[in-house]
Amino acid sequence: MSGMPQYSRADALASIEKLRRRAWPARFWSWRYIVLRRLSQFGILLLFFGTAHWGWQAAKDVPVLTGNLSASEFMGWFPMADPFAVLQIFLTGHLLQPEVILGAAIVLGFYLLVGGRVYCAWVCPVNLVTDLAGWLRQRLPIPALFALSRNLRYLVLAAALVLSAITGVAAFEWVSPIGMMHREIIFGFGLGFLALSAIFLFDLLILKNGWCGHLCPLGAFYGVVGRTALIRVRFDKASCTHCGECARVCPEPQVLNLKKLEEVGLVASGECSNCGRCTALCPEDSLNFDLRPLIRKHHEARAGGQV
Amino acid sequence: MSDKSVKRRDFLVKLAQGSALAATAGTLWAYMVKQEVRAHPYALRPPGALAEHDFNALCIKCGQCVNACPYDTLKLAGAGGDIPIGTPFFKPREIPCYLCPDIPCLKACPTGALSPKLKNINDSRMGLAVIDLEHCLSWKGLRCEICHRECPLKGKAIVLETHPRGISKHAMFFPIVNSDYCTGCGICEKACPTSEPAIRILPHQMVQGKIGEHYRLGWTFETEITQEFKPAAPSAPPAPAEVPKQAPGMDYLNEGGL
Ligand code: SF4
Ligand code: SF4
Ligand code: SF4
Ligand code: SF4
Repeated sequence: MSGMPQYSRADALASIEKLRRRAWPARFWSWRYIVLRRLSQFGILLLFFGTAHWGWQAAKDVPVLTGNLSASEFMGWFPMADPFAVLQIFLTGHLLQPEVILGAAIVLGFYLLVGGRVYCAWVCPVNLVTDLAGWLRQRLPIPALFALSRNLRYLVLAAALVLSAITGVAAFEWVSPIGMMHREIIFGFGLGFLALSAIFLFDLLILKNGWCGHLCPLGAFYGVVGRTALIRVRFDKASCTHCGECARVCPEPQVLNLKKLEEVGLVASGECSNCGRCTALCPEDSLNFDLRPLIRKHHEARAGGQV
Repeated sequence: MSDKSVKRRDFLVKLAQGSALAATAGTLWAYMVKQEVRAHPYALRPPGALAEHDFNALCIKCGQCVNACPYDTLKLAGAGGDIPIGTPFFKPREIPCYLCPDIPCLKACPTGALSPKLKNINDSRMGLAVIDLEHCLSWKGLRCEICHRECPLKGKAIVLETHPRGISKHAMFFPIVNSDYCTGCGICEKACPTSEPAIRILPHQMVQGKIGEHYRLGWTFETEITQEFKPAAPSAPPAPAEVPKQAPGMDYLNEGGL
């Protein structure tokens, strides 16, 4: 174990070059997570839609997945619920039935394990809209209009909780574009698409990653939940050349602060959504999904193998 | 000014700006929520729904009640419509509630917005049927009474009252709604043959009055009478009238020595 490793500009440029020159198979392979994420996002919506409209059943009178992302029931017995929505309702001072509390606990437990913002990258339908805006923005010459703190979302989160207590209804659920989107996909059209177009234009023209990266209180909530997640991106400082390509594709680039990564050996921030963009892209294979308790062992094994 | 006090002033200004921003945005947000919650007063909710304010707070907008209804009665409100966003409602003239005895919508509700306290579907009170007497065919003297015939609680929720009309014409049959029994299912509204329904379901608070506590209906014996005047105990039989000794005549008022 020596001090700071030295990085050369040449190595970094070589890494970038390696990335540009990838053969097509490697290129396709690097899209694996985006394909899986879309399958997951659309698949979940499809299960809801099929159950609502085509009466999909697992067995007689056992609907496959009824409800929507706010609260649902899988196979007629497995309850799930949005823990943030349940928290807001709880703060209005109303007594909830055990079923929805159990559902919220199940979902919360799941995201505590896999990473809170896994919801954002793998489930949330708004992510489809904001990813599209982000993808377009990277290809268009749109200058930044202003900068906004990414911590603003925690203020919005706090405001949602306070306003729920004050107004007596779940404050975010009554204006949530996320709710509008999945409800209107599953249960029929309304004016929710206007809110979504607003988000799209905001992200595209006004602020890069504006909604998901700066404002969304649900993302903020899951960011807090995800701080101790088991599944994290492991960082291997020996192979990294500091080319910075990972931060370029990451919608939350602040989580890829390489200095910090070198210290802890993983992407520790709860704001990481485990979307897998960086791991699939890194030309040096320095970023990989791993289980948090195994990360130290894998570091040692890798270091040992190289010595 | 010292460096420190400049710093402090900057901090205070920032703090004030931040608080102002938070207060403005928060007020706007609260206003939006209040506007949306200001329930469209005609929203008819599924059976067992709590009072509007509690219902709005508890309903998580999941639509499981909507999926559970075998008749497609319930819909989930979209954004920007008349009904508070994301909440379930029904329009009886399109599809009424058919009062499933096992209440699947209520069973599906995970939050208790549809209260599990409702055990018997006939005890549900989704709204109250109200007849427009001016446009009801029966009140005009035709023999319609379709609402009465279709009502799942006929004879209780809707009763017929007959009124004789002149010689050689048949009697009039007036449908009358009894709020003690009407569930607000809306089957009558669906069935009414007039081009705009002459009977409609409305939320109770839109139509039901309330007589003040101070009125005493003395002639209904269930009403407790609180004034000092007490009617004679009904158990004591009235003393038999005295039989006059002679046939009443001009002088009978003078009887008894007057
Ligand atoms: S930040 Fe919000 S809108 Fe974006 S993906 Fe996460 S939950 Fe969805
Ligand atoms: S009682 Fe039956 S018909 Fe009426 S709303 Fe519920 S499920 Fe639908
Ligand atoms: S099932 Fe309950 S919580 Fe879900 S939409 Fe219906 S009333 Fe609301
Ligand atoms: S069905 Fe309509 S028109 Fe006929 S009696 Fe009832 S309220 Fe009147």
